[in-house]
Formats: sequence, structure tokens, C-alpha cells
Amino acid sequence: MSAPAMPAAVPAGRWTFAARQLRFWLTDYRRTWRGSIYSSVLNPLLYLGAMGLGLGTLVDKHGRAGLGGVSYLVFLTPGLLAAAAMQTGVGESTYPVFGSVKWNKTYQAAVSSPLRPSDVFHGHLLFVTLRLVMNSALFMAVAAAFGALQSPWVITALPVAVLTGLAFAAPIEAWAVTRQKDTSFAVIFRFGLIPLFLFSGTFFPITQLPAWIRPVAYLTPLWHGVALCRALSLGTADLGGSLVHVGYLAAVTAAGVAWGNRTYRRRLYV
Amino acid sequence: MSGGQGSVANVPAASPLIRARGLTKRFGSFTAVDGIDFELSRGEAFGFLGPNGAGKSSTMRMIGCVSPPSAGELTILGLDPVTDGPAIRSRLGVVPQEDTLDVELTVRENLLIYGRYFGLPRAVIRERSARLLDFVQLTDRQDDKVEPLSGGMKRRLTIARSLINEPEILLLDEPTTGLDPQARHVVWDRLFRLKQQGVTLVLTTHYMDEAEQLCDRLVVMDGGKIAASGSPRELIDEYSTREVLELRFDPAEHETAAEKLAGVPAQRREVLADRILLYVPDGDEALAAVRVLGLEPLTSLVRRSTMEDVFLRLTGRRLED
Repeated sequence: MSAPAMPAAVPAGRWTFAARQLRFWLTDYRRTWRGSIYSSVLNPLLYLGAMGLGLGTLVDKHGRAGLGGVSYLVFLTPGLLAAAAMQTGVGESTYPVFGSVKWNKTYQAAVSSPLRPSDVFHGHLLFVTLRLVMNSALFMAVAAAFGALQSPWVITALPVAVLTGLAFAAPIEAWAVTRQKDTSFAVIFRFGLIPLFLFSGTFFPITQLPAWIRPVAYLTPLWHGVALCRALSLGTADLGGSLVHVGYLAAVTAAGVAWGNRTYRRRLYV
Repeated sequence: MSGGQGSVANVPAASPLIRARGLTKRFGSFTAVDGIDFELSRGEAFGFLGPNGAGKSSTMRMIGCVSPPSAGELTILGLDPVTDGPAIRSRLGVVPQEDTLDVELTVRENLLIYGRYFGLPRAVIRERSARLLDFVQLTDRQDDKVEPLSGGMKRRLTIARSLINEPEILLLDEPTTGLDPQARHVVWDRLFRLKQQGVTLVLTTHYMDEAEQLCDRLVVMDGGKIAASGSPRELIDEYSTREVLELRFDPAEHETAAEKLAGVPAQRREVLADRILLYVPDGDEALAAVRVLGLEPLTSLVRRSTMEDVFLRLTGRRLED
């Protein structure tokens, strides 16, 4: 065993290395996919049923003007699509990352191979991207069965939902890998995720919020995701607004990736 | 990035596989590794022996290219670990101090994932996994989850995993720490076979028997520095005597006995909390001399010198405390 029997696995590009880490997550996912479907697809569908159909019939009786002339179900669905993507993004980037560096130490195992910390990071982001595509597509398929989607243009909201999820996943992963304890994740869920979910335009237009707090909503990636998903699915999107939303989400994602390249390196190369 | 197959040629047969000069690792104001020099040739079994905190693991992590040196030179397989980390790591096998297995996956899946990290084709991994699992005696557990396996089995799986890329150098950081004696012997046996097969081994340990059994050459580390280096035999010859007489007295007489023992000719005397050690060429002769002085120890033991004695001599402390 003293001489390599075949060409060593180098050189290989960034994407090749990241794809190897992606394969790890896919193998891992074969074990956990059932539970993940429940929390990331069924959960938003429950909201769609309770709010969209149940509460929606009451809302619709008061007229549809405030919702841009569509039923509450149709109004709500793209918002939930974006909000569900946020939840998937946050969920995938907290405990799975922390567990890999702290509990199982599979990240440490990966960087003993040719993979670099940034490959480990990017590989996981690729996996999160796949999860987002899968969840969003499933959600849309079921929402269509509910009659909650009006036009085929709604398909353009899917990549926006994925980007919304990544705008959360990238920076939160960058931060999660630096943690020594998992206690701060509960704080994120309680004081970050839930208020965002409720007040970023998912359930009602943020014009209903007091004017002084609206700028806070404009700063959150979720509002941009909700606003663009909704505009695309209702056919009200304009180019300038869309570019602002996509640009904002892409910038947050890119900043998260740049930050994560540093934090992963610092945590795994000590 | 250059590397791969062709770079074996970077290392002529005679030049060292690993070469360190003034290698240093600092964490803030703490210096874990303080300017050490060593060289390692192909086919050697090389050990870092020292107590916890001596800087062994930090050294191993630098060799494993997952810890950039703070100062000094380090060359591995003729390459620079800072710039050629992936190329070097593709030719290393690593058995870390703590297991880093994915306990939710099966034994074979762990090998598959790890083999894929090295870009090995599935068929190659399958063939090697079968061979390696047989080697570490885990074939009958190959489709079981890792979680319920014993500590010794996990260690053996980690060793199998580290060999999936047929590494030129195998790094083992305290390979048997935390294992029960029987499991340790199984691991030693496997490592000894690897050594016989010509795999270059680098290991850290704070067990003197492990160092003596497995290592052709050792460096004794203490406080981040190398205190001595050589083969176990050379170190014992240089820093200890052929035999050691261990004496245990009634605690009440321990101190007076220690004073009186100055009358027995010995190269060196170590007064430990519970025992007194006399370093002598002939233990039985020395014991007779002790009795002539009218001292009657509760127990006496004549034994050969070990690395423990070398360590005690070099640092004034015991190794396994």
C-alpha cells in the first residue's frame, strides 16, 4: 500500500470538490427524507389549508381590493412559498451544520481528505439548494391542486423562492459553524424566524403595518422574496422592482458565502 | 495545483517524506509546538511520545495539513502543506484522536462517502472496502449502522477508512486511547501488519508500550519541544540502565529508606510518591546490596528499562499520569 495504485484525486476544481460533499449529504438524506418532507412541505401546506382556505373565505367576504383583486388563497400562496423556503434554509443551516462540526465531526473528517473548508461549505449549500428546489416544487404542485395558483407564470417564482432560502442559509451557516453550543439556535427560531414569518408580508400586505416599522420589513430578505414571488405569480411584476428584489437576495447570499468561506476555514483549519 | 500521480517523482527515494525545521504552532500567546526538527523516511514507523499537552496532536494536525504552521518549515512529500494541502491530503491517511465517523450511516457507507471524497470510482471503493473490512475484521458488520459499534470496532473502522485511498503515509493520533486492553491489542496487531506491508506510519501516543511495540524511531516530546530522539532501544540505552529495581516500603519508612539507599551503588535513583526506583546494570545484585544495608522492602521488582524510565529521566515526570 506504499505506492498509489491509481492517479491521486488531485487536481480537481472547486465544483468537483463541492460535489463530493454534496454526495455525502445526499447519502445522509436517504435516511432522513421522510421527516424532512413533513416539516418543510406539509407544514406550509397546513398553513395554506387553515389560512388560505379556512380564514380566506372570511377575508374574501370583505372584498378583494386590499389584496390586489385576488382571493386570499391566491394572495397567500406565493407568500407561503417564500416563507417555507426561508424555514427550509434556516433549518438546514443550523443543527445540520453544528452537528457536523461538533457532534459527529464529519466536517473534520472531510477536511482530512483533499476537500478544503470552503468545499465543505459549498457542498452543503448545494445540498440546501437541492432541498429548496425540491420543497418548493412539491409545495407548488400541491398548491396547484388546491387551485391556489392562477397562471403557469408562477413557475418563475420557484427560483426566487430558492434564492430566498439561500439568502438565509448562507449567512446562517457561516455563523452556525462558529458556535460552540447549540443554545443560540432556539433564539434564532423564536426571535428571528417567527416574527419574520408573521410580519414580512406573508399573511397580509405590509402596508397594513404602521408606517414607522415598514422599513424594517424592507430590510429582511423574506419580504423581498415574498414580494417578488407574489408579483410573479399574480402577473404584476415589473422589471425594475424584480431586479431590486433579486439583487438584494443575491447580495445577501453572496455576503453569506464570502463570510462562510472565512468562518469555515477558521473553524476547520486551527 | 500540481500533484497526483506525477508528484511521486517530486520525492527522490533518499529524501525524507516529511521534513520539519523549527516547526512552531502558537495559539494566541500559548506555544503548543516550539520549534521542532524531525525527518521521516519512507517505510518508517515514527512516533511522537509524550504526555497530554506535549504538542503531539498539534504537530500531527500540521502534518495533516489542517493546521497552518505559525513558523518554521514543513515539507510533506516534497510539497508545502499551506499551498498544496489538497494534493498532500490525497496521499495521506488520517486516524484522528476522536472518531469522526458518521454514526448514522452504515459501516460500508462510511467507507463509500470517504472514498468519494478522494474522487475514487464506486467500483474501486467497493473492492477496497471489502478488502479493508476483512483486514480490520468488520466484514460481518458491514451493513450495520456505526452507532452501536464498540469503541474498538469504531477505531478499526476509522483505520479502514484512512486506508481507502491507499495512502503513502498513515497518521495516527493516539490510536488506542480510550480502548480496553483487548481492543488495543487488536488495533496494535493490525497496525503492525500495515507496518510489515511497508506503510509509513506516524503516530502519537502517551503509552510507552505502544511506542515500543510499533515505532522504529521516536521523538520524546515535552512542553512543545523534542527532548530526545532515536529508536526505543537507543533511547533506553542512552537515557536509562539495562535494569531497574523497584522497591516499595512501608509508607512510614519510605523517606528514611530513600536516604539510606544512597549507600547502594546505582546510576540513578528516582524517589516517587509510592516507590523508589534504582537504575542499575544488575537488579538482583542491587537488591542484595539493599538487604545488606538492613532494609527490607515490602515488595521488590527487577525489570528491564522501558520508555517510561526514559521519559522520567528526561522530564522528571511520569508519562501516563
